[in-house]
Amino acid sequence: MNATESFYNTPSPPGLKGIWAWLLTHDHKRIGIMYLWSVGFWFCVALCCGLLMRIELMWVGKTIMGPEIYNSLFTLHGVIMVFLFVIPAVPSIFGNFFLPIQIGADDVFFPRLNLLSWYLFMLGGLLAIVSLFLGEGFPDTGWTFYVPFSLTTDKNVVLTVTAAFILGMSSMLTGLNFITTVHRMRTKDMGWMQMPLFTWSLYATSWVQILATPVLSITLLMVIFERVFAIGLFDPGKGGDPILYQHLFWMYSHPAVYIMILPAMGVISEIIPVFSRKAVFGYKGIVISSMGIAVAGSLVWAHHMYTSGMSDVAIFVFSLLTFLVAIPTAVKVFSWIATMYKGAIEMTPPLYLALIFIYLFCIGGLTGLILGAAGTDIHLHDTHFVVSHFHFAMFGGTGFAFFAALHYWWPKMFGIMYDFKKAYIGATLAAVGFIFHYIPMFILGMQGMPRRYYDYLPKFERGNFLAGLGGFLMVIGILLMFYNLLISFRKKKGAPQDPWGGTTLEWSVPSPPPLHNFVEEPQVKEYPYDFSEVIARAQEAQEAQDAQEAQDSEEEDGEKDR
Amino acid sequence: MEKKIDKTIDKSIDKTGVRIGMWLFLYTEIILFGGLFVLYAAYFHKFPDLFAQGGKELNRVLGTVNTAVLLISSFTVAASITALQRGKKGQTISLLLFSIFCGAVFLVNKYFEWSAKFHHDIFPNSATLQDGPDGLNIFFGLYYVITGLHGLHVIIGMLLLTITLVLVIKERVHKDRFQLLENSGLYWHLVDLIWIFVFPLFYLVL
Ligand code: HEM
Ligand SMILES: [Cu+2]
Repeated sequence: MNATESFYNTPSPPGLKGIWAWLLTHDHKRIGIMYLWSVGFWFCVALCCGLLMRIELMWVGKTIMGPEIYNSLFTLHGVIMVFLFVIPAVPSIFGNFFLPIQIGADDVFFPRLNLLSWYLFMLGGLLAIVSLFLGEGFPDTGWTFYVPFSLTTDKNVVLTVTAAFILGMSSMLTGLNFITTVHRMRTKDMGWMQMPLFTWSLYATSWVQILATPVLSITLLMVIFERVFAIGLFDPGKGGDPILYQHLFWMYSHPAVYIMILPAMGVISEIIPVFSRKAVFGYKGIVISSMGIAVAGSLVWAHHMYTSGMSDVAIFVFSLLTFLVAIPTAVKVFSWIATMYKGAIEMTPPLYLALIFIYLFCIGGLTGLILGAAGTDIHLHDTHFVVSHFHFAMFGGTGFAFFAALHYWWPKMFGIMYDFKKAYIGATLAAVGFIFHYIPMFILGMQGMPRRYYDYLPKFERGNFLAGLGGFLMVIGILLMFYNLLISFRKKKGAPQDPWGGTTLEWSVPSPPPLHNFVEEPQVKEYPYDFSEVIARAQEAQEAQDAQEAQDSEEEDGEKDR
Repeated sequence: MEKKIDKTIDKSIDKTGVRIGMWLFLYTEIILFGGLFVLYAAYFHKFPDLFAQGGKELNRVLGTVNTAVLLISSFTVAASITALQRGKKGQTISLLLFSIFCGAVFLVNKYFEWSAKFHHDIFPNSATLQDGPDGLNIFFGLYYVITGLHGLHVIIGMLLLTITLVLVIKERVHKDRFQLLENSGLYWHLVDLIWIFVFPLFYLVL
């Protein structure tokens, strides 16, 4: 019986009792769970900031806060959402938990480094909070820390920038760990083209992390140097050039959006085939497009700078490259749709959330093309249109993929099942609220309402008021989803080993998995999304049921006859 | 049952994996400096003449000495790895000590170099640089940032080598378990490699 005892219950070595069994663990599953609670906490904090901003914007003039607090709030909201939620959420939680299991390994390659990443993550978050209360208050620069403002504001920028630096380090170490794990720990029977797509997407993401994050580190270091020593590297008065800051910043931050979205796409590529009971359409296409996005996405950073004063040639080139990134992205969307076509679709909350993802993410992606074209971007730059676009892509995309992943893997992680009805209601509220929240912002943006302003002209009031209502609806939906998941701990409705009919390796182990992940040698399939067994099993069950029913009705007939 | 609990302890070490991890890490370090080199390239393009003028003010002799010191220490670190693999503990220890000593020489040289510059009122935000031509200010700004960051890496490298040295003495790092020494060595080569780029950029600008 011991062999299948879950990793929650296995005895700890002496000296590692209670809380220490978690805080000093090297087990990737426990670290994944620790990320889950910490990332969840940050998400809720930033959600509150977002809602407060939205309330402020519902009516013209001052509503609940002044401009200074508003500036700090959108910085805090942006920093937390970007560095503490969307970047780490999927790789750190689900990647840590499932990547080793999906490739049949015992753990990640550097377990201690993995724990260190978590501590760096917590330290970064802590510094962000501390910087609120030290010095002149929380920075008001926005999460981009653009110079010259970030150099001249008297707020506590240095500490926040340090926090972001440390968080970058944490995400880089996770990436390094994943790449090594995939290369060295895959079971011998698993070739590259037998790896599950979620693992593939994490692998691609890790490369982007390793390539891009150091650029952010150096940029942030320079902000610190400049604030402390006033060297003048970005100060035109001293020969520097602020545009160079922007180049460096976006050389990281554009690839960073792929760090955010690629793992999310991996989750969706996992969910769609399972609930369509059909091999994913174009497995290789999805793999290649992941790597393609990773490469092409690193070349388009300057599309954030059309209005900053670049040469026309540069604008043209970056505009073209930006359009090219749309191709691998579209490949993925089409292959998801093609997978569902003529599939035996079984609706469940994870699939429902995945479909919402596809819908919202497409809007985010298509409006991205509008911003990628220099001509239209000049008009829309730094308006609410941009705010809406990135929320569609990052929140409608990564955010909803995160919810989908939660609902998909929850039974595996905790061995319990949640209530479907509440999950559907929560997801629907969140999606409807989402659309009511952000569509008005597209219109407001086109009418010219700028971004990062706490007040606006009266003609924008109706749109902002509606957006605020939508925001409330969305937050209620999200909280309902979380509530539903949390009370499943109370109800303790046990989940079977493979509730969805998944075929990747994590579904071949008990829920929750035992300490060493595998009770017996993992059986690697020829092809990771081969559902013939699942379908056969279902058919057998169906036939047995039919036979039973036939027998029942025969008996009934017999009774009638009598 | 109990002995299964710490999975990491008696798993035999996958040397290639450890090496891959270290190489990936070094890669990130190179890109970190890469950002600064991009800045250098952009500003060199803007102020080629002033950069050349700034370069002439740097002390080439000290720079060359430091380059030599680092190259030699890189060699001795590599030699210490070979010595350890052959099981020659004493030799390993002396080679490592010498390499750490080279690092210290480098830093002392740097200290003299920087203080001479400070003496001539050349340091970030100093009056001379502020009132002088923009290009010179940027040149020296980059000089201090890049060599400073490099110096920090020298210190980290020396720390790593020292830790390794202690573990070699305690026989925790030995013939069959030399990954730590190898990785510290790789790190030290990186420090050297970056300097090989920094040196011509600052001291030998035309
Ligand atoms: C995954 C979820 C989310 C992500 C990744 C995200 C990200 C961001 C980012 C990066 C900014 C820009 C901050 C800046 O300009 O420096 C921002 C602004 C904003 N966000 Fe979010 N956000 C998310 C969810 C939300 C939610 C749930 C709400 C509202 C309930 C919200 C409301 C806002 C508002 C009002 C702004 C400020 C717009 C402005 O004045 O420019 N966001 N968000
Ligand atoms: Cu971009």
